[in-house]
Amino acid sequence: MQLTKRAAAVDRSPMTLGERIYIPAIAKGLKITLGHIFKKKATVSYPEEKRPFSPVFRGLHVLNRDEQGRENCTACGLCALACPAEAITMEAAERKKGEEHLYREEKYAAKYEINMLRCIFCGNCEEACPKDAIYMSETVMPSNYTRDYFIYKKQDMLITDEQLAKRNATGKG
Amino acid sequence: MSEQPNIKVTIDNITIEVAPGTTILEAARQIGGEVAPPTMCYYSKLKGSGGKCRTCLVEVNKGSEKDPRPMPKLVASCRTGVMDGMEVKSMTSEKVIDARKGVTEFLLLNHPLDCPVCDQAGECHLQDLSYENGAATTRYEYDRRTFEPEDIGPHIQLHMNRCIMCFRCVFTADQLTETREHGILDRGDHAKISTCISKALDNDFIGNVIDVCPVGALTDKTFRFKNRVWFTKPVDAHRNCSNPKCCGEARLWMRGEEVYRVTARKDEWGEVATASNGQTGWICDECRFEKKQTSDWTIEGPTKVNRHSVIAQGHYQGKVGTATQPILIDEVIGKRPKLTLDIHKVSEVNKPEIHLSEIEGPAHSDDFK
Repeated sequence: MQLTKRAAAVDRSPMTLGERIYIPAIAKGLKITLGHIFKKKATVSYPEEKRPFSPVFRGLHVLNRDEQGRENCTACGLCALACPAEAITMEAAERKKGEEHLYREEKYAAKYEINMLRCIFCGNCEEACPKDAIYMSETVMPSNYTRDYFIYKKQDMLITDEQLAKRNATGKG
Repeated sequence: MSEQPNIKVTIDNITIEVAPGTTILEAARQIGGEVAPPTMCYYSKLKGSGGKCRTCLVEVNKGSEKDPRPMPKLVASCRTGVMDGMEVKSMTSEKVIDARKGVTEFLLLNHPLDCPVCDQAGECHLQDLSYENGAATTRYEYDRRTFEPEDIGPHIQLHMNRCIMCFRCVFTADQLTETREHGILDRGDHAKISTCISKALDNDFIGNVIDVCPVGALTDKTFRFKNRVWFTKPVDAHRNCSNPKCCGEARLWMRGEEVYRVTARKDEWGEVATASNGQTGWICDECRFEKKQTSDWTIEGPTKVNRHSVIAQGHYQGKVGTATQPILIDEVIGKRPKLTLDIHKVSEVNKPEIHLSEIEGPAHSDDFK
């Protein structure tokens, strides 16, 4: 039965003299092997040298803060709803008087956790967020020997004061 | 009335016989589905409601059998009675669709964009309306109308900025409770719901204004910020309420064994459903705000949720807490898998010893210490 027209019959005719003396075939193969010495290497020496990330790379999550350092997240739960792996959990609280410099709106995430063991880095949380609060950075998820390391708390993901100062100064990051 | 024969009315090419005196909206609801115009202020269980929001506008292209002229303008279907031989266009009329879009834009003029914060999100009628009929952007260039936050009591949270002036809560308080303590103050753009002298509302049935409110202007303070609506699971339950006016049939919104919120049961139009005793299933404040234990209630079973609703995302089977998973791992590797991580040892969320549902109002930073 012929399924496609691309099928080629195996050539079973007896070998010619050139093929039987073996040496030319070895030389041909070595030529290809030696040729690769002069070609550009396909690998990089990783820790010292790093490849640039694709612009759509999705790495470790970052919780954003605004210019005044207030947390953007209002614990609306849309990231948790969008999450196909059910990795995100949170508990909301009401902002008290005197906490206005910490949280942008009257409701905020008192607890926010991402279980990185479950996370599949699909980026749906980033896409669902109406408050510009969660982003996926260009950081590869670090590895570890214990599982409890991978439960990321809010403080682990919130951008730091230094990062905030750098962003306010340079407009980047 | 009873001697009068039923009259025929055609809505979106579907003919139905209804009793004389029925409104177009009620006739359309009898047909059901998408033929029924959306409503924001009309509430079939409240006398005198309707005629304010204009979301239920329909086109009447034949007045009646005797006078077949079309009505010159779109009419509010909640306030217009049907006539014999009337022909109405609801969702088949382009004028109606356009009018709904305009009305939605008007309703959203001063409505804050705070759905991420609002506890009504997920069961908000204005959200549904704007999702189906609204434009994606606003043309309004001015600042939205804002009000000073006002405390109207320990159980009900008022967010005046979100109010769309449907008057439903005022009718509820008028018709359900002995005394009405809140009403609409001021006029026009400044109109607001208030208790005048910030007097706490403490009637037995005042909690029903929460169920009646189509937006998040009146929400349950005992549920405030505790959880999002779609992460809680609705369960129908009842209890023997000592209040003779209360039907005791309610809907519990649970998470695990915790009862986060108690509401009345709603029908397919988002209105409080008729209880088994034939009366409207309003529930008293004791049932709503104070019975937050599973042991207070007899659970009937999970609520049937429309599968297009976001609330259906936490799909579940059987009675809550009774469903068991079949254990197949014994047949696969012949032993119990070794548990390498107990999530509660690491995670700070959903701690088994912290019961958010038992905190009086919304949680604060010191509740998580």
